[in-house]
Amino acid sequence: MLTITDLHASVGDKPILKGLSLHVPAGEIHAIMGPNGAGKSTLANVLGGKPGYEVTGGSVAFRGQDLLALDPHERAAAGLFLGFQYPVEIPGVSNVQFLREALNAQRKSRGEEPLSGGEFLKLAKEKAGLLKMDMEMLKRQVNVGFSGGEKKRAEMVQMGILDPAFAVLDETDSGLDIDALRIVGAGINAIMRSPDKGVLLITHYQRLLDVVRPDKVSILAGGRIVETGGPELALRLEAEGYDSVMA
Amino acid sequence: MTLATLPTRRDEAWRYADMGALARLGVAALDAWQAIDVAAGESLTRYMVIGSDAPEVLRIRVSLGEGARAAFFVTNRGGDYTRVELEVRLAKGAHFEFGGVTIGGGDATREFVTQVVHAEPEATSNQTIRAVHWDTGTGNFLGEIKVARHAQKTDAAQDFKGLLLEAGASANVVPQLQIFADDVKCAHGATVGELDEAARFYMMARGVDPATAQRLLVQAFIGDAFVSLDDEAERATLLDAALSALEGARL
Repeated sequence: MLTITDLHASVGDKPILKGLSLHVPAGEIHAIMGPNGAGKSTLANVLGGKPGYEVTGGSVAFRGQDLLALDPHERAAAGLFLGFQYPVEIPGVSNVQFLREALNAQRKSRGEEPLSGGEFLKLAKEKAGLLKMDMEMLKRQVNVGFSGGEKKRAEMVQMGILDPAFAVLDETDSGLDIDALRIVGAGINAIMRSPDKGVLLITHYQRLLDVVRPDKVSILAGGRIVETGGPELALRLEAEGYDSVMA
Repeated sequence: MTLATLPTRRDEAWRYADMGALARLGVAALDAWQAIDVAAGESLTRYMVIGSDAPEVLRIRVSLGEGARAAFFVTNRGGDYTRVELEVRLAKGAHFEFGGVTIGGGDATREFVTQVVHAEPEATSNQTIRAVHWDTGTGNFLGEIKVARHAQKTDAAQDFKGLLLEAGASANVVPQLQIFADDVKCAHGATVGELDEAARFYMMARGVDPATAQRLLVQAFIGDAFVSLDDEAERATLLDAALSALEGARL
């Protein structure tokens, strides 16, 4: 579903990803762990197409397409969802307006009919309920005045509404208390756990992986994948730290 | 008073005007002041979409009686030099509300020039101006507030924000406050910036195409100018006029 081959990327003049290769087939939830500065967020941003991240080598195939040749909105329409580590506040634009525009833009590019206001609200209500988020919050401006945890929950509501084929979730667990972590983890399972979907789950902590059980765990260090294993790899990291694994 | 000659840039209120366009327009057009009197206790609301492919100067003198209210909401989307000038005199307890948007590219200058005179006590005024420009387009706001010596408890506010979509576009803002009373509130703010790239990327990452992302962000930006307008249909007309001007702007 997602195949990254020998990916090199820089921010400014600084090389961050240095030959990263990774394959995530449909049906797989693949966790990426790694020390600070390893390139985890750079990987997420490169996959999302964020300006300022320059790909200097390698390729990314996504559902048979050259992902890197697509603009960010085309990547979304192709089925990619990027969960932000720091969701952006957009004053003056409501969540409902934003998400309806987003969903209908995606549907249009796939040749599907747009959802009416009523149909959209019904869908939004269902997905908000899944994440235990009040519909009133969705009528407010995008992320404005939301707490850190509310922003992450809102990200998952967005994911539920947009229903992507593949999600890259960049530290979706940061800033969450224990209860919110369970809700967000259950949301990821409900929305993305499917034989025809895939997830790249970037995290620092085992506790999210206790809820969203990954099929594979990879360690990203120094801009490359240095080790891939099953869920037990994350447990070993939790117990022993990165030094032991990377030694 | 009749103007014998065209103003020059040395005249403070004309310092950013398009002198070439004024010459084409001719002196006579500058003498055409509209006068609006709002009687004590009455209220008036005006909505205007201004702008064509020829220079336009619209000059309005508004006199507000005791406790009267006047609100002006204007989308200024001129394709040539377009100036909207409001001279407002407020009697005791009157209120003046102004929401204005200048929007456009090309090389045209669009401007709002206001002079708000708090002649008597307890009057209030609120002005919210937004400017969105691209190419080498220019948006100006020259806002003068005068508070007379005995006009105590005056509350006057003026807020300008400019959004420049590319290098080459410009916004000029000149707040002028002349305050002779000592128990007054006069607030003014002015900022000029670029489109929020983080917000644009966030929208695109959700599937919104670049033109729609820009339109949503500009809509949110200019929305402030019309937020105190209760009539939703009129608000939509003013916003639509501004946003249709945005088509063709650089992404």
